[in-house]
Amino acid sequence: MASTESFRTCPETGLKVHGPAETLIKANAVVAVVFLAIGGLFGLLVALTRWQAVHLLGPETFYLALTAHGADVLLFWILFFEVALLYFASAVLLNCRLATPRIAWAAFVLMLVGALMANVAVLQGGSSVMFTSYVPMMAAPHFYLGLIIFAVGALVAVFVFFGTLVIARQERTYQGSIPLVTFGALTAAIIAVYTIASGAIILVPTWLWSIGYISHIDTLMYKTVWWGLGHSSQQVNVAAHVAVWYAIAAIVLGAKPLSEKVSRGAFLLYIFFLQLAAAHHLLVEPGLSSEFKVFNTSYAIYLAVLGSMIHGLSVPGAIEAAQRHNGVTEGIFGWLRRAPWGNPAFSGMVMSIVMFGFLGGISGVVLGTEQLNLLMHNTLYVTGHFHATVVTGTTLAFMALTYLLIPLVWRRELVLPTWAKWQPYMFGLGAMGISLFMMGAGTLGVSRRHWDITFSDAPVAFDYPPAAFAMLALNGIFAVIASAGGIMYIVVVVGSILFGKKRGEVEMRTNPVVFQGRQVAAVSSYGSAHTLQVPGTLVLVAIFFTAFVLYYYINWKFLSEVWPMG
Amino acid sequence: MAITSPEVRLWWKEPLHKIELIWISIAFLWGLIMFATMVYWHIYGTQNLSNEAYRVIPDQYAERVDAFVAENTVREEGDTGIPVVRPAAGGDAYMLGRLWEWYPILELQKGQSYRLHLSSLDWLHGFSLQPTNINIQVHPEYEMVITITPDEAGEFGVVCNEYCGIGHHQMVGKIYVVEE
Repeated sequence: MASTESFRTCPETGLKVHGPAETLIKANAVVAVVFLAIGGLFGLLVALTRWQAVHLLGPETFYLALTAHGADVLLFWILFFEVALLYFASAVLLNCRLATPRIAWAAFVLMLVGALMANVAVLQGGSSVMFTSYVPMMAAPHFYLGLIIFAVGALVAVFVFFGTLVIARQERTYQGSIPLVTFGALTAAIIAVYTIASGAIILVPTWLWSIGYISHIDTLMYKTVWWGLGHSSQQVNVAAHVAVWYAIAAIVLGAKPLSEKVSRGAFLLYIFFLQLAAAHHLLVEPGLSSEFKVFNTSYAIYLAVLGSMIHGLSVPGAIEAAQRHNGVTEGIFGWLRRAPWGNPAFSGMVMSIVMFGFLGGISGVVLGTEQLNLLMHNTLYVTGHFHATVVTGTTLAFMALTYLLIPLVWRRELVLPTWAKWQPYMFGLGAMGISLFMMGAGTLGVSRRHWDITFSDAPVAFDYPPAAFAMLALNGIFAVIASAGGIMYIVVVVGSILFGKKRGEVEMRTNPVVFQGRQVAAVSSYGSAHTLQVPGTLVLVAIFFTAFVLYYYINWKFLSEVWPMG
Repeated sequence: MAITSPEVRLWWKEPLHKIELIWISIAFLWGLIMFATMVYWHIYGTQNLSNEAYRVIPDQYAERVDAFVAENTVREEGDTGIPVVRPAAGGDAYMLGRLWEWYPILELQKGQSYRLHLSSLDWLHGFSLQPTNINIQVHPEYEMVITITPDEAGEFGVVCNEYCGIGHHQMVGKIYVVEE
């Protein structure tokens, strides 16, 4: 049992914060941000090369930068941040000590060593195999080994989280059920376990193959199992950033879930059905039956999609209900107009919800439809889709959360508050443009992972339409905007941690980041919400649904115009 | 709040509000409709990927492609030396991907159907027919057979859209579709 002096009580939230847990949250979050900066820089180089008028890098460096970009932002930034989030959602929110801080440090070291090893392998050249690292194209052995060590570290961290939940229950540090945010984090952690298991099943033999102990790996088998890691790791992000949405709405506005039952049920749908989504990377593969493809894309995915659609009502609904409860009641959208748009945590969260839903969610379902996949498989549309989910969704949500972690965990005021205020808009707008224009280029047929779309030194000529070049130029411009937003984020975060004014009790009282409104008992008998008068949310949901249906069938129209085949 | 334990201890026994129930029902029904759309397209739609695929040894596939080229070549593409092959309408057409070319170039007749065989001799490649935008993954050791019916005449590019190394961007092939 940890001694009492390693705890402090947070004056703003009243939560008991475990010292070692707090240090681990800081360490993981800082390393996450460093990898975001490195990965983001590589991303900018990639976008400036795709912009054909600039065409910055040569082919060798381009593919190297693309591989580094994928690994650093998609794996290392996001997973380090998620580990910080897991410790926050368990030890801090449940008022308890972190299980085995020493093992948590071991996990941190493993993840760091693995991430550095993979980066070194990529930067040495010879491991430009892309994030997917499809066999039989081979990377250096320490590329695979780095990923394996990183994954082992992440798995250990997930088990520290589970252990912390067990301790909290045993030591009765909370009443009743775990909070919804912790429940969301638990969902992410459960998905992470089988994600990392898939990764081990495929990466360990691939590593053995790279050092010569295994002579052959079947390409279709590799791809099938690899996507159990590849796509599922992104589902970890979805669960995590939905939990972050609920957390930010609660901290900034005092929002309560409309219904604990509905929100938790939606997370359960993720646990049961998201995993099968991995199969939608195999829709134009030889050797898999249509029945398998239809089952995996529809049955399973749509129940997971159902989960996201439920959150699509309940998160904005919780915000609207809280605003109305706090006295902002005029009209249908008064609650939205008078929301704290100058608070980067809030604005980042709202943009994350909107863009994840409209851009990431809808494009994901279209891409994952068995026959429609023919139209955009391996084009830049895919890249556009996952920039919408992972950049406008996950990354923006995590950035928004850091604006709360700095005052609460680091107990520092933000430096450059004006930069902080504009940063989510800058980054969000940039990321939105990147996603949209890559989807546009993909619709015009531009393939992903392609150094030169003019095919200048190919023996057989082919020209993409001029609009494709315009799309990639716009993509480059918005990548510059997003990078500016990324630099603003790094400057504000690093500056605040190092030089931010210390927050004492006085600052916490005069300038609170946690919602201080009176917590009045629920006025309606419905769920945990104060009321279920959410007319604005219903309008927004109706707009979303209409856009979804229209866009879905527009793509079937596109499909009906290609060559008949069977 | 979402960061504290639920206020109502037995939260799972709370009733479901009508608004949420309606939205969940709509979303669930929409999922069923999207499911049905895919099944419908298999029955009535004309763009479906075939389930026909075989395990092959790359060398043997290459031999079959060479035999196909030897038998059906009509000319060479400019001064590239790449054969342009015209398969019989309704018959088999072969194409293979390798570092870094699509081989051979095909000449098809508009409105005729062909059994197009696709495989790779080395790494993963992506068959991307442009500007029609049909995209199919091509694996080594797997041969996929798709029945295609070109319904427009013209020159079509076959771009590789699966990263296959440093010469990836040079991997362009061609299909001519001619009026008959």
